[in-house]
This record gives sequence, C-alpha cells and structure tokens, in this order.
Amino acid sequence: MNYLQEILVISTALFFIGIYGLLTRRNIIAILMSVELMLNSVNINFVAFNKYLFPNSLDGIFFTIFIITIAAAEEAIAIAIVINLYRNHNSVDIESTTLLKF
Amino acid sequence: METSKIIFYLLGGFILGMALMAVTEKKIFRAAIWLLFTLIGVAGLYFWMSLEFIAAVQIIVYVGGIVVLIIFSVFLTHQAEEDMPKTNIVRKLAAGLSVLLGAAFTIRLFLTNDFSLSPVEFDSEVSRIGEAMLQTGPGGFLLPFEAVSMLLLAAMVGCIVIAIRPDKPDKAEKENNDPLTDRREKNLLNTENNYS
Repeated sequence: MNYLQEILVISTALFFIGIYGLLTRRNIIAILMSVELMLNSVNINFVAFNKYLFPNSLDGIFFTIFIITIAAAEEAIAIAIVINLYRNHNSVDIESTTLLKF
Repeated sequence: METSKIIFYLLGGFILGMALMAVTEKKIFRAAIWLLFTLIGVAGLYFWMSLEFIAAVQIIVYVGGIVVLIIFSVFLTHQAEEDMPKTNIVRKLAAGLSVLLGAAFTIRLFLTNDFSLSPVEFDSEVSRIGEAMLQTGPGGFLLPFEAVSMLLLAAMVGCIVIAIRPDKPDKAEKENNDPLTDRREKNLLNTENNYS
C-alpha cells in the first residue's frame, strides 16, 4: 500500500462520514456541514492524484482552488436561504418545511 | 516506522475522529466546532503533502470564512444550547449500514487497483500556480479564473437579494399617503420642470 492509497482510504472514509451525516441529520445547517465534509474529501483526492500521479500538470490543484471558491459561494447562498426560511417558518427542520410540497 | 508516516496516521485519525464527532454531536454549536477541527486537520494533511498554498487557502477560506458563516447562522436561527431533533433509530441503522457497505466497496476497489506512482517529484512552487492561473492557452486557467470571479459577484448579489428583509406592505402604504412626502415629490417635479 503506497501513500496514494492511504490518502484515498482517508478521503473515502471522510466522504462516507459526510454521507452518514447527510442521511441522519434533520437540521438544515447540520446537513450543510456534512456537505462541506464531502467537498473536503473530494479536494483531498484531487490534490493527491495531482501530486502522486501527474506531477507535471497542475489541473488537480486548480480544481481544488475552484472547488473551495465555489463552496464558499454555495455556503453563503445556502445560509441566506436558511435565514429567509427561518424568518418565514420559525424553524430550520427539514421535516417542517413543506412549502413546495404538492 | 518513519516519522512522516507516524505524522500521517496521526493526522488521518484526527481528521476522521473529528468528522465523526461533527456528524454525531447533539448540540449544533459543538458540531460546528468539531467541523472546524476537521477542516484544520485537512489543512494539516495538505501541509504534510507539502502543498503550502492549498493549505493556506483551506485555512483562510474554510476555517476563517465558512465556519464563521455557519456559526453566525447558528446564532441567528437557534437556541445554541438546545439539543437538535433526534432521528429515529431505524434510519440511523440503515444509514450506517449503507455507508459501511459503500465505504467497503470503494476502498476495496482502489486497494486492488494498481496505481503506478510517477517517479518525478512534484514541484510545489507557488509561482508555478500563479503563472498558470493568469495564462491563456494550454495549461493556463485565465478563463475559469474570470468565470469564478463573476460567480462570486453573482453569489454576493444573490445573498443580499435573498436575505434582505422585505418592506412591510402597510408601512410602504403609509409612506405613500404621507402628505409631507407628497409635497416633497411635487416640489421635486416643479424644480425639474423649471430646469427643463
């Protein structure tokens, strides 16, 4: 087992921990936190593949930088939506937000 | 065992332990703090891979920006000391089982796969990243760089539009019926007519 595979084991475990949180949490902000964990594990993968398999190119590094940027934008939008939702519903529980349910 | 390997295992254990605490913690504020430690651990992993630039970006954007945003939103929408609503045990068991199976499947996939590591050492000079970021043509990332800057601007405007408190309708009506504002508007109209 080389370094790359060990890093991949860690990032896979992190990703599935994020999925566990996504499936079991009922609070929107906690679900967002799980999504952040999954994004982080993907970043680790990109960086590790770039460093150990293709050291002459920089694609993985740039993917990581852009993912971090877009995650920041996504988080800001999501929190604006959560604040708006809280203002209308007085709750951020996903079971009680049934406004769009047909 | 070499020192770098020991440090790697410590970092991995730290990241996974903190992530587990972050998804199983009952109080949401504490979960946010565990998430913060997870992100710091990931930044440490980048340092261990000698990618200082990515580690710095990770600390600045994730730890300094996103976690602070999350904590702000927790304070705006919760009683931070209250427990979060519980999920029923069946869903927890099902989620744990599917997660375990998925992780085992994925890990088995790449443990049996033979990755042939490149013999060339990765050059983690920051100037290499900076030059590629502002270059057009092959190997350059100028266009995505500009696209992402537009996306950030759009996200900023979108946040303001979504989160701003709309004016209460009765208040707006009152302002319209206010004789003072009416007079002011008439004056404005008059002066405009004078100028033209």
